[in-house]
Amino acid sequence: MLTIATGNKAVAEAVRQAGPGVIAAYPITPQTEIVEQMASYVNDGVLKCEYIPVESEHSAMAACIGASITGVRTFTATSSHGLLYMHEMVNWAAGARLPVVMANVNRALGPGWNVWAEHTDAFQERDTGWLQVYVSTVQEAYDATLMAFRIAEHQDVLLPVMVNLDGFTLSHIMQSLETVDPGDFIPPLRLPHAIDTANPCGYGTLTGPDEYFKFRWDIERSMRDSVRVIAETQEEFSRRFGRKYGFTEDYRCEDADVVVVSMGTLGKEAEVAVDALRDDGVKAGSMRLRWLRPFPKLDLSGREVVVIDRDYSFGSGGILADALRAKCGADPFSVIAGLGGQEVTYDDIAGFVKARKPGKELWFGVKPDV
Amino acid sequence: MYEIRIHSRGGQGGVTAARLLALAAFRDGKYATACPFYGAERRGAPVVSFVRIDDHPIKVYSQIRSPDLIVVLDRSVMDVVDVFAGLKPDGKVLVNAKEFAVEGRKVYTVDLTGIALAENLVVAGSPILNTPVIGALAKMGVITIDSAKKAISEMFSDERNVRAAAAAYKEVSA
Repeated sequence: MLTIATGNKAVAEAVRQAGPGVIAAYPITPQTEIVEQMASYVNDGVLKCEYIPVESEHSAMAACIGASITGVRTFTATSSHGLLYMHEMVNWAAGARLPVVMANVNRALGPGWNVWAEHTDAFQERDTGWLQVYVSTVQEAYDATLMAFRIAEHQDVLLPVMVNLDGFTLSHIMQSLETVDPGDFIPPLRLPHAIDTANPCGYGTLTGPDEYFKFRWDIERSMRDSVRVIAETQEEFSRRFGRKYGFTEDYRCEDADVVVVSMGTLGKEAEVAVDALRDDGVKAGSMRLRWLRPFPKLDLSGREVVVIDRDYSFGSGGILADALRAKCGADPFSVIAGLGGQEVTYDDIAGFVKARKPGKELWFGVKPDV
Repeated sequence: MYEIRIHSRGGQGGVTAARLLALAAFRDGKYATACPFYGAERRGAPVVSFVRIDDHPIKVYSQIRSPDLIVVLDRSVMDVVDVFAGLKPDGKVLVNAKEFAVEGRKVYTVDLTGIALAENLVVAGSPILNTPVIGALAKMGVITIDSAKKAISEMFSDERNVRAAAAAYKEVSA
């Protein structure tokens, strides 16, 4: 069905269709619309699901963990400080190999108090064992949420998945949305280590130095396997519903001399910048990174790279810029822009490309440039 | 791409007006985005919302700086905000007022407050301006009146909203 919706409503609709058995959540701006909508679905009987209004985000993830280990599909949503408050449990969910799906509406961290878009919140969870996908449109928020359940629950993955969308910029914008009948796209969850009262087991017990690393390696093994599962799931989604997704979204990259690498809604704004740059005779392209974990193989060889980080690791650099240096051998012009919802237009992005200096870093809006 | 900036005060329905307008444009078969700018606003503070309408998918997320049309739901906002900032030279203005003129600007007026009060469309003491304004925008050719009515009916079950839009469609003047 073709309709119009906000990013938050699109996520909620996909979750309704995925049919979780338990949702445990705590409201926080700007994701509150998601959990309000889920609560309404449950209250109105549209979704048969246990909705647990917990007292904190730590408890939200703890409740999802408890529910998931019984083999039931679980969902939660959070943002920013809420995500950080559940950090301990975020690690636990991955370590316990529970396919929880969470929507995180990317928002900056205080102080100063700020409710607008930034990716540092989710980037701080990048080492937890969660898969992370970042979306750029209302449609993609819906599609990625449907796919998240199938990927998380795949027998070769069994890891939690975080769907990230930019606070306000995407969570609150209204765009067209084509919903689908998922049919059997998301098979029933089969958790091999689900609690079975007929066969009592210990969970999360003491694991000594001679065993612990094997469980860590098993997470990494599944993370590597998830690359294939993600690719297959995205292909299957395209086959059934017509919309194509990759690990990146590449725009006019084939013959590009310079590629802008970015994430989230800035990636769409970058495509407009690329068109303007091409009109000015600059052979530019845009590569929007969709999956941060697993981090995909990127082919940036032979091209100059301008990377926009809507995040920062103090004392090191833009987190995405660091990743491109380490994993792709790139020497990018690193731009730090859009922090805390800072306005970044396509003209600004075209300006970054024109002013590029490989190996240098630009903090947008900070004078003098550093 | 046709770009519209809506100025109002928190609680007057500017954000909903933007969403209704995008929905109506969408029902016309266009691509549309409605994007409120969420500042640290509260009830009564000046707020701004953006609507983009195009024949192609819209990739721009940044704020509208050179609008084709400016809508002012509350004239008092003009005392504190330069609502005409960036308006294209041939751009239009729609003001919620019985009469209003600006030198060198194509200004349309309509008494949205009067229309809302006549239908007793009042929530928490504030007249509802977001449904009648959609009717005025239909008359200005931004959307069709059929899609305007369709969009309003999809979002609001109270028929007075459609009647208010129809009244504004009739009464808007250039």
